[in-house]
Amino acid sequence: MSAPTTTPTREYLKPPVTEVGVIGWLHANLFNSWFNSILTIAVLAVLWKLMPPFFSWAFVDSVWNSPAEACRDIDGACWSVIPQNISFIVFGFFPDGQQWRPGIAMLLLLGLVIYSKDTKHMKKSLFVYWTIGLVIMGTLMYGGVFGMPVVETDQWSGLPLTFMLALFGMVAAYPLGVLLALGRRSRMPAIKTLCVVYIEMIRGVPLISLLFMSSVMFPLFLPEGVTIDKVLRAQAAIILFTAAYIAEVVRGGLQAMPRGQFEAADSLGLNYNQTMRLIILPQALKIVIPPSLGILLSAFKDTSLVVIIALYDVLKTTKVTLSNPKWTGYSTEAYIVLAIFYFICCFAMSNYSRKLEKALHTGR
Amino acid sequence: MNETASQSAITPDAGFIIEVNSMHKWYGDFHVLSDINLKVQLKERIVICGPSGSGKSTLIRCINRLEEHQRGQIIVNGTELTNDIKNIEKVRTEVGMVFQHFNLFPHLTILDNLTLGPIWVRKTPKKEAEETAMMYLEKVHIAEQALKFPGQLSGGQQQRVAIARSLCMKPKVMLFDEPTSALDPEMIKEVLDVMIDLAEEGMTMLVVTHEMGFAKSVADRVMFMDAGQIVEQNNPHNFFDNPQNERTKLFLSQIL
Repeated sequence: MSAPTTTPTREYLKPPVTEVGVIGWLHANLFNSWFNSILTIAVLAVLWKLMPPFFSWAFVDSVWNSPAEACRDIDGACWSVIPQNISFIVFGFFPDGQQWRPGIAMLLLLGLVIYSKDTKHMKKSLFVYWTIGLVIMGTLMYGGVFGMPVVETDQWSGLPLTFMLALFGMVAAYPLGVLLALGRRSRMPAIKTLCVVYIEMIRGVPLISLLFMSSVMFPLFLPEGVTIDKVLRAQAAIILFTAAYIAEVVRGGLQAMPRGQFEAADSLGLNYNQTMRLIILPQALKIVIPPSLGILLSAFKDTSLVVIIALYDVLKTTKVTLSNPKWTGYSTEAYIVLAIFYFICCFAMSNYSRKLEKALHTGR
Repeated sequence: MNETASQSAITPDAGFIIEVNSMHKWYGDFHVLSDINLKVQLKERIVICGPSGSGKSTLIRCINRLEEHQRGQIIVNGTELTNDIKNIEKVRTEVGMVFQHFNLFPHLTILDNLTLGPIWVRKTPKKEAEETAMMYLEKVHIAEQALKFPGQLSGGQQQRVAIARSLCMKPKVMLFDEPTSALDPEMIKEVLDVMIDLAEEGMTMLVVTHEMGFAKSVADRVMFMDAGQIVEQNNPHNFFDNPQNERTKLFLSQIL
């Protein structure tokens, strides 16, 4: 065996400055070619022009919670349009002294939703909590017991109405959509035709027209003196509309299921219900989480359309606030805040969906 | 009378577990199965071979109604297969099937894959189903993987799980549709060993396969199918050493 040679010492040099760290990132991503470099400089120039004025308008010269007169004296944003009118924007026409009731109902609803997000809590007891919660919310909103004055549903407005229409709409539309998707794939002609006709007709009209029909046309078919609550009609329209879209997305997921899964379930002797419930739907619904979320986000934002049937959701109450001469002209600030509100809600839903996908290993 | 694994006589038993009488099947206009007559006794082990497109998979899939036949009769365990869903489910409870592509349920653990059938179809209590499942997992030498998911197992392991899953339903007949065709050579052996054990314990099986070694060592009868018909069937000794039909001879010359 030859004598071991000494390993030559080597110098450990640092990589060139332009390749690592912040400068390295800039070099690789923003200035990696002539065209990109010019674009970067152009964008920076635009931002340089736009950001400082916006910044000073929004944060430096602005007022945050002052009466309307103070807003006229300043150049900046009048954010006070929201805090000064907060009780109308959030609670709408709910009687003044009673606004604690929808407040608590909303907190209860949001609390239940956040509690239900955790998969560890998805047991039978969850149903019980929700039922109790819903009963409490209904009593708080409607009143009539424990000395709370009755507040009819057409006075329910603002944030509670938005959340209610959105949440119950989403929760009811999803199972209905799944049933429609299964029905559309059925081999029984009556069920299949019914589902196809329903889905295509609903998808053929805008939600606004459904709301309009529910509010104006539907009562014409009811016998004399029978009325159905307006909020209930709006809720039904939203549910029926969203269900049709969910149905098509779920049908796509069902079509993506390999035939072998159905055959394996069949060969074990499982019947249709068991196959769907235990094997097919768990896998299919997992696949279609992304597009389903898109539909549910749309449903959430579409609650603003109930303005067409004179229901005052949070968008409409904001608009009404702005029609007050004191506050006209500050629509930019009001709508920016409203946009942030919608964004926070939708982002929370997207975030949850991403976590759900991760937990269910959809990436496989 | 003891049975050995090789070509011994079957004790003539009361009745046939599977009877196929003059069965025809069409896919649209295409006549895929023509005048099939087959009688299978309990504990009989039949290997079905033939070129692709000959209808062998279609035949066994008709036996558990994954495919429908248009003419003729199929009677399994005394129940005739018709459009009546109750009959179909009754038959499927007694007939286990192992697929070429395993078809395990990827969203359930191995243990859940096995207990699903017994719990929901045979209404076995969960604890008992789990004990049976672990017993069969031991039998196919895969008990340590019970809590893993199918995606974490190799092909050979998945196929053994698939066999155990069918066995948990305690079927009277097992159908194998090219069980080793999607596996590489090392895994083929581990699956065939399980199937040989099963055969030696007296399970009635119909196996569609190209593994002629398996046929020679374990089958009571080898059937050759071509173009939708049963061309020849015989015990393995006569089938391989003394084929009668020209088509059989051609087929055997190409695969052996």
